[in-house]
Amino acid sequence: MLLITCPYCGPRPELEFSHGGEAHIARPEKPSELSIEDWTQYLYLRANPKGLHAERWRHLHGCARFFNALRDTTTDQFVATYKAGEPRPTGGAA
Amino acid sequence: MNAPFRTAAGGRHDRGRPVSFSFDGKTYQGFAGDTLASALLANGVCLMGRSFKYHRPRGVIAAGSDEPNALVSVQRDAARYAPNLRATQVELYEGLSSESQNRWPSLAFDVGSVNNLASPFIPAGFYYKTFMWPRKAWDRFYEPNIRAAAGLGRSPTEADPDRYLNRYAHCEVLVVGGGPAGLAAALAAAQGGGRVILADEQTELGGSLLSATDATIDGKPSDDWLAETLASLAALPNVTLLKRATAFGYFAHNMIGVTERLTDHLAAPNAATPRERLWNIRAKQVVLAAGSIERPLVFPDNDRPGILLADAARTYLNRYGVKPGKRVVVATGHDGAYRAALDLHRAGVEIAAIADLRPNPTGPLVEAARAAGLPIRPACAITGTSGGLRVITARLSPIKGAGQVGPAQIVPCDAVLMSGGFTPSVHLFSQSRGKLRWDQDLLTYLPDQSAEQERSAGACRGRFGLAEALADGFAAGAAASGAEVSRTFAVEALEGDPRGVIGALPHDRGVNAKAFVDWQNDVTTKDLKLAVREGFQSIEHIKRYTTTGMATDQGKTSNLNALGVVADVLHKPIPEVGLTTFRMPYTPVTFGALAGLARGDLFDPVRATPIHDWAAEQGAVFEDVSLWKRARYFPRGSEDMEAAVRRECVSVRAGCGIFDASTLGKIEVVGPDAAEFMNRMYVNAWTKLGVGKCRYGVLCREDGFVTDDGVVGRIAKDRFHVTTTTGGAPRVLGMMEDYLQTEWPDLNVWLTSTTEQWAVIALQGPNARRILEGLVEGIDLSPEALPHMSLAEGRIRGVPTRLFRVSFSGELGFEINVAADHGRAVWEAVWAAGQPHGLTPYGTETMHVLRAEKGFIIVGQETDGTATPDDVGLTWAVGKAKPDFVGKRSLARPAMSEPDRKQLVGLYTDDGAVVLEEGAQIVATAGQTPPMRLIGHVTSSYYSAVLGRSIALAMVSGGRARLGESLYSPSPVGDIPVKVVPTVFYDPEGARVNG
Ligand SMILES: [Zn+2]
Repeated sequence: MLLITCPYCGPRPELEFSHGGEAHIARPEKPSELSIEDWTQYLYLRANPKGLHAERWRHLHGCARFFNALRDTTTDQFVATYKAGEPRPTGGAA
Repeated sequence: MNAPFRTAAGGRHDRGRPVSFSFDGKTYQGFAGDTLASALLANGVCLMGRSFKYHRPRGVIAAGSDEPNALVSVQRDAARYAPNLRATQVELYEGLSSESQNRWPSLAFDVGSVNNLASPFIPAGFYYKTFMWPRKAWDRFYEPNIRAAAGLGRSPTEADPDRYLNRYAHCEVLVVGGGPAGLAAALAAAQGGGRVILADEQTELGGSLLSATDATIDGKPSDDWLAETLASLAALPNVTLLKRATAFGYFAHNMIGVTERLTDHLAAPNAATPRERLWNIRAKQVVLAAGSIERPLVFPDNDRPGILLADAARTYLNRYGVKPGKRVVVATGHDGAYRAALDLHRAGVEIAAIADLRPNPTGPLVEAARAAGLPIRPACAITGTSGGLRVITARLSPIKGAGQVGPAQIVPCDAVLMSGGFTPSVHLFSQSRGKLRWDQDLLTYLPDQSAEQERSAGACRGRFGLAEALADGFAAGAAASGAEVSRTFAVEALEGDPRGVIGALPHDRGVNAKAFVDWQNDVTTKDLKLAVREGFQSIEHIKRYTTTGMATDQGKTSNLNALGVVADVLHKPIPEVGLTTFRMPYTPVTFGALAGLARGDLFDPVRATPIHDWAAEQGAVFEDVSLWKRARYFPRGSEDMEAAVRRECVSVRAGCGIFDASTLGKIEVVGPDAAEFMNRMYVNAWTKLGVGKCRYGVLCREDGFVTDDGVVGRIAKDRFHVTTTTGGAPRVLGMMEDYLQTEWPDLNVWLTSTTEQWAVIALQGPNARRILEGLVEGIDLSPEALPHMSLAEGRIRGVPTRLFRVSFSGELGFEINVAADHGRAVWEAVWAAGQPHGLTPYGTETMHVLRAEKGFIIVGQETDGTATPDDVGLTWAVGKAKPDFVGKRSLARPAMSEPDRKQLVGLYTDDGAVVLEEGAQIVATAGQTPPMRLIGHVTSSYYSAVLGRSIALAMVSGGRARLGESLYSPSPVGDIPVKVVPTVFYDPEGARVNG
């Protein structure tokens, strides 16, 4: 079971969290103006990298807040967790 | 009476406490402190099981959790029957009742052993090759018979009556293994001041020290040193010592799973004591001091009872006072066996020969054996054994260069001890995803790069000697805890060369000789060679094809030898052959320990509404809807569900019904930007919805498909009372929070789950208003003041209420929301007031029929995650003028408006008495044979008492354009003709909602 450091609450067991997919994918400001290709890109296509991955977690059974994490998908080790809205820490593939 | 193989003195068992026990129906005597295996050996019982595939007679070869052969079942009573236990770990208690497995009718005479005679016909991959065809024979014939013949133990027939607990623990340092390295690590770690947990799978802490005789540590006999060390650790408040506690799994981020066995060793366990406790230990640092496992030698006939690992024999002698035999042949490629030979010699056992594979064995242990006059035969291989149910001779052959042996000599004996050296136990390290490296000097894999906050110490990283294990353990404990401590241990012990041998021994017995690599799964060198010959190169494939290392012992004794054999055949160095993955659990774990208290009533939470008990008192039949218990129908007299539902439906439409809708999900959306937030989330337009008005809301996912629906009431300009489906509330709230927190954090909105706060009493039917009239205060119920799809706040029987005028039945309807605590009182008040008006309680089944008669969808029943609002006839709900809402862009994709999309329609069977099956398929023409062209499916189907016929809703390709068409629903009794009709079956004008 992963040990995840909520930026608001501190380290807590994985049981308290839900995973929220890739981070830093902003919903387009005006979706109606997007081409079908761009909308498809936003809706369905994700990086799925081997290595460092910026992803969203929610401390569902705690403070209930969403935050972002940088996790190495090959080792499951977290490099950093940070609040939503903050930039991705440097390191790893984009 | 002393058992024939018991020594006169010595051992850690309690000779003052004799214990009687039974094995396969025969009663024996042992002592407290014995294992089942040691007590049976003491009684001269060598035969303890039959092998898995060939049913060959097997004895115990090990003394611990690595034992592959001696699997037994222990029975306390009808419900407490534990199969597949290793006899080496079963602690003796008075009256213990045990039996062997995998034999019929008896252990000594086993019919299944014809497999052994047939073994030339059961090669590697036999099951894959033989039982593939015909396919149907697998279910009917092959599998049941294979299972019956191969059963490893049987399941208990009753539910497990024991209790299992589960706890979390945190510590700064977890030490796995209580041998010399682990104890030293704990001593050092404790000085760091943090919490230290030491867990060991054995009955006693001490590891190899429990069978040492002549070693001294710091000038004391090792026994005394061990006792003092354990006492000093036990006295430390920051140290927790766990015995009978197996670290079975190394999970991510230093979470270690440990099962502690609390009662299995007791003759009469206290009923209040749990049988096992599962520890989930989160450690800042882990020290693995898991020790090593002795490797068997791979030679022909190496599986005969009476052949055992040399160090196991030493453990039986020194720890349990049991001699493995009276005249023993020792076969070895490692110094360790000399230690066993010396100890046995001192105990009066005749050493018939020490056959050493090495041409020039040297070193202190070898010299000591020479000095004791033991008959050492250098450059000598064991090439066979004989004996029926116990070994009676060993065949020894001189080695004549690579792979060649000279003329054999037959040596009579009643036991053979073997040793290929020791394999570091890297199981947990490997589970932690640490990287192993091949050590060409020690011929073994050793821990290299850690993936977790972890370090290995002692024999599990190749530090085999007592002195180096103690020093290594102490250093690891100090480093793990950060304690600035150092200590030296003065050790006097004869230490051997750590190097051993792996792979198959040379022999002259031909290709059909059976040299076992994996005892538990009956894999021989011949099987491994055949796999390579048939083209398998990867060790992972060879493992699966031959099943080597795949038994419950996880290949503890076999993995390295299998690698050696395969590398030899492939002519590749071992590191190029690779290594199979070590998987948890290290030893089998009971389901009880994993389940803990999550069984029966505690398996899953049960949610019950405030009205639940009233419904139960009325005899309601309940159904599970997500975690909720919902009243399904209220039978009267001898009514079945069909009769009850017909009566309930008619009563609602003719008079009035009362329905518990408390399970509806409810979310309070509050804040200055609440309306804007609702606009962005739901497909509907909310800005113009007046305070006190309601609207049916539809929620799509971003891909444009319907995910939830429900009535939303505007309580105030900045406050919405949102309802969701019963099962959908957490998902909808999660989705709302996601958008609010991450996409639109600028919106000033708060979301609160209020599902449990409100009891909801639905009153549906022409008499609903009349029933309510005398109950409410401060609410004008008149159609003008409170029209359909509006709400008012006031009191009902003095209780504050949000009264919604809504209808999910098509009748005049109200939904009374009151605080959950008042739910039952208000319900009973309404119930009493309704008696003169024929008020009838109804359940979810009637609710479904009533809504289907009106063509109202259930999200998740009509929709399946691929239906757009338009597909289910909800285009009218979509706010077309809105610039954006979740799913809007996706709905504009061309595919979302293809005319042949499945669309919601009504179906009438030509014969109104026929009720279609929900889920049944729809086809356009009759008489098709599979594969048919399927154009739709039935989503809801009921008998409508009010209409006097069946009705159905269906999703049909281009359905709305097919109105009036005849279609068919294929069924086991033939194609059922149906006609496409509008979705609203009853009161299509919608007049009844106005009472
Ligand atoms: Zn938190």
